[in-house]
Amino acid sequence: MRHANRLAVLAAALALVAAACGSSSKSSSSGGNTTVPTGQQTLGASEGSVSILAWPGYAENGSNDPKVNWVKPFEAASGCKATVKYFGTSDEAFNLFKTGQYDVVSSSGDATLRMVADGDAAVINTGLLTNWNDLDPLLKTKPWNSVNGVVYGVPHGWGANLLMYNKNVVKPAPDSWGTVFDASSPYKGKITGYDSPIYIADGALYLMKTQPNLGIKDPYALDDTQFNAVVKLMKVQRPLIGEYWSDYLKEQDAFTKGSLVLGTTWQITTNGVQADKTSPPVDAIIPKEGSTAWSDSWMIDAKAKHPNCAYMWINWITKPDIQAQVAQYFGEAPANLKACPLTAKGFCEQYHAGDPAFYGKLAYWKTPTAKCLDGRTGVTCKDYAAWTAAWDEIKG
Amino acid sequence: MYVSRRARYLLGAFMALVLVVMYFPILYVARLSFNKARSFAWPPQGFTLEWWRAAYHASGPREALLRSVETALLASAIALLLGTLAAFALTRHRFFGRNAVGFLAVLPIALPGIVTGIALNSGYHRVGITLSLFTLVVAHATFCIVIVYNNVAARLRRLSPNLEEASSDLGADMFQTFGYITFPLMRSALLAGALLAFALSFDEIVVTTFTAGSGFETLPLWIFNNMFRPNNLPLVNVVATVVIVLSIIPVYIAQRLSDGAIGASGR
Amino acid sequence: MSERGGLRRRVSRALYQRPRLRLALLLALPLLWLLIAYIGSLVALFLTSLYHYETDPTGLVQKLVTTPSTTNFHRVLTTDVYRTVAFRTIGAAVSVTLIDLVVALPVAFYMAKIAGPGLRRALVIAVTMPLWAGYLVKGYAWRSMLDPAGGVFHEVFGHSPGFGLTGTILTLAYLWLPFMVIPIYVGLERLPDSLLEASTDLGAKAGRTFMRVVLPLLRPSIVAGSIFTFALTLGDFYMAQIVGGTTQFLGSIVYREFSANLPFAAAYATLPIVIMLAYLFAARSSGALEEL
Repeated sequence: MRHANRLAVLAAALALVAAACGSSSKSSSSGGNTTVPTGQQTLGASEGSVSILAWPGYAENGSNDPKVNWVKPFEAASGCKATVKYFGTSDEAFNLFKTGQYDVVSSSGDATLRMVADGDAAVINTGLLTNWNDLDPLLKTKPWNSVNGVVYGVPHGWGANLLMYNKNVVKPAPDSWGTVFDASSPYKGKITGYDSPIYIADGALYLMKTQPNLGIKDPYALDDTQFNAVVKLMKVQRPLIGEYWSDYLKEQDAFTKGSLVLGTTWQITTNGVQADKTSPPVDAIIPKEGSTAWSDSWMIDAKAKHPNCAYMWINWITKPDIQAQVAQYFGEAPANLKACPLTAKGFCEQYHAGDPAFYGKLAYWKTPTAKCLDGRTGVTCKDYAAWTAAWDEIKG
Repeated sequence: MYVSRRARYLLGAFMALVLVVMYFPILYVARLSFNKARSFAWPPQGFTLEWWRAAYHASGPREALLRSVETALLASAIALLLGTLAAFALTRHRFFGRNAVGFLAVLPIALPGIVTGIALNSGYHRVGITLSLFTLVVAHATFCIVIVYNNVAARLRRLSPNLEEASSDLGADMFQTFGYITFPLMRSALLAGALLAFALSFDEIVVTTFTAGSGFETLPLWIFNNMFRPNNLPLVNVVATVVIVLSIIPVYIAQRLSDGAIGASGR
Repeated sequence: MSERGGLRRRVSRALYQRPRLRLALLLALPLLWLLIAYIGSLVALFLTSLYHYETDPTGLVQKLVTTPSTTNFHRVLTTDVYRTVAFRTIGAAVSVTLIDLVVALPVAFYMAKIAGPGLRRALVIAVTMPLWAGYLVKGYAWRSMLDPAGGVFHEVFGHSPGFGLTGTILTLAYLWLPFMVIPIYVGLERLPDSLLEASTDLGAKAGRTFMRVVLPLLRPSIVAGSIFTFALTLGDFYMAQIVGGTTQFLGSIVYREFSANLPFAAAYATLPIVIMLAYLFAARSSGALEEL
């Protein structure tokens, strides 16, 4: 009996190890198919539910502010019950979308192509999209949401990362990103930054304008020398930071209470702070060096369990009236220009919707690759893995 | 040991100070649940019941509470079974590897939660199980086993074997002895262990983060997802206060059951 | 005697005569559970730590390479930041343990030796209650208290430790205090008063008695309590997020890397495993494991 016990234990352990060795983990596929892929051909009936992965503010279902809800009308109109999950950074979005538990995701340019390359994104059949023709041509079938003319993402909207500051504390009003990189800043410990490796691009943008001798042409295409200089700048910034943010509400909370007074933000955060009567007065600007920005597209999971509802969601969210609601709530330029007449006076002008000149001035999030994105040959640039590893070091 | 009067007063004062520090944050949260302003600057201002009213109507916290109770009940039940079996095995028998098994039972609670969490998560993925209530209960039961084990084992060690021998001498078989003698003597230790296991599972968040299904929000997860949301934070305060007040009952019961000897060991 | 009684008695006699079978039946379920669910997962995790990701030629996607390699461990050991964060976390765990020890000893002593029986029961309840108040809620309460722009510390004392390493250590010490008090209390309760009286009779003053008699006898209890405070701090990452400001703990990095680079997270996580296993092995000799 004694031996039997011991042997049984040993056998179980060995079996486990064998099983663990034998099964292979999910390996990511690379590249595209050799034949031209097509999306689903027809839009069928609603599957009854849909799982949405969204930037906070894009799929409001009343859980944040009961008065702000365009998911509920969607559910009523389509018969698809929607569960919404929010994420704080593109990395989170990428990793969550990879699990295959979500049907549709709002993806920024630094995640879209990764999702396509990873095999997570489905080809979109634009024939099934009711609002496709009304969408801003600036955003359709572009390098970040399509591959060789095959569409993978439906544009949602775009906007810049702004510099927000507490008007009572930060005087005079800042006009440069230099204020968050200034080693001798009087606001040390009350400055914030975005908690993602992509934030390194903000440092690169600043050096692009202030240290032209480095030769940075594109904040996302950095060779060794340029990258080291940028990382050094980010490390200079590190002691100034009170808290990094990835949850915009945490940043909103901190600015409202005054523990943070200066740093990068989204318009929706500023709107939230300004809406709270107890918070100090704040303002958000695009500094003179310009800004990094994001241009978001909706993508459908390649193995979506509810593809019809996913298309229905995209058709809903790109409708002019819903686009008007979302754009004003979040503070971004809508993709559907027919939304502009439905917004407050001067809104689309303020956000430069449909303005190619302004659009061209911003540095949109894209995934850095070893092949330099600014077209240089003969040097290798730092890829996203290197940016991520550097981010660990910068945070310390 | 003679402890001087002065020392007694000093120790007493220190005890009181520590209690004040321990309870201040809890009372602060309770006070904030009645706070008028949404800003939480010190000192708290105003008094209102609106958050309590809102919490009563909100479905989020209620569902999360039910999920937590559901998980904790299942996990404690499993832990009760496994812990008791293990306690009997280890206290009544000597065998090779006895200490190793005891050590094994302690590991899930002694290794940091994040390790247990990611280990179980990647274990599930390998075998192809999707996260759900099942995976969560399995995870919670695993680290609750040792709680029950310690309570029951401690009690078993204190039980004189004479009682059980007398029962056999009087003609009872094993099962009768267990049912009439051993179990009643063990009951309070079982209950104490189960209560502690319930408490541990109810409040757990780290392992839960990695082993709960994507939509499955237990109360701690609900609290974490809402505590940074300015509109929902007052609700969190209310929910927290309710949980604190309700927990007086099980704590009192657990204390009485352990006959004045407390702690996870139940000694 | 009924038929059913007959079968039951036969089984009972068979079991009585075969203690090994009894043991196997008792042990099978819990042992298999622990081995498969827990040890199996840990083994799987360790195996995962030997995999690594390689960037494919487009630079867009990381491919998982399953041939075993020590790349991750190499990265953990050679990159400064991972070492720094590990030491910082261990330092925090030691600090929290020491703070809790210093506070718990007088408190437990008062409860066990000075308080009367009624008061003692009330104090035990009072000390255990906060464990039910919710880990996150207490953490958020501390966040409000530590807020440099209007929290309790700032308003009452004029200065707040703010969101950072100090704040995190204070909060964690606060959270785990009951875990240190309870085992020490139990250990002290078991200490016969006669022992202490004998020490006094032999001429030792209170301090000497404490150092020479009480403390050594309390060693298993202290070690038991420290296992909790040390392990709970070593793996923590939520508190670092809530009150830590920009502070990174070992757990924070594991949490971040978990979804981005699981093999690396697994490799980094072996560090706390090794540390705690070593701690537990050392603790075994002191008999602390019985006290958990």
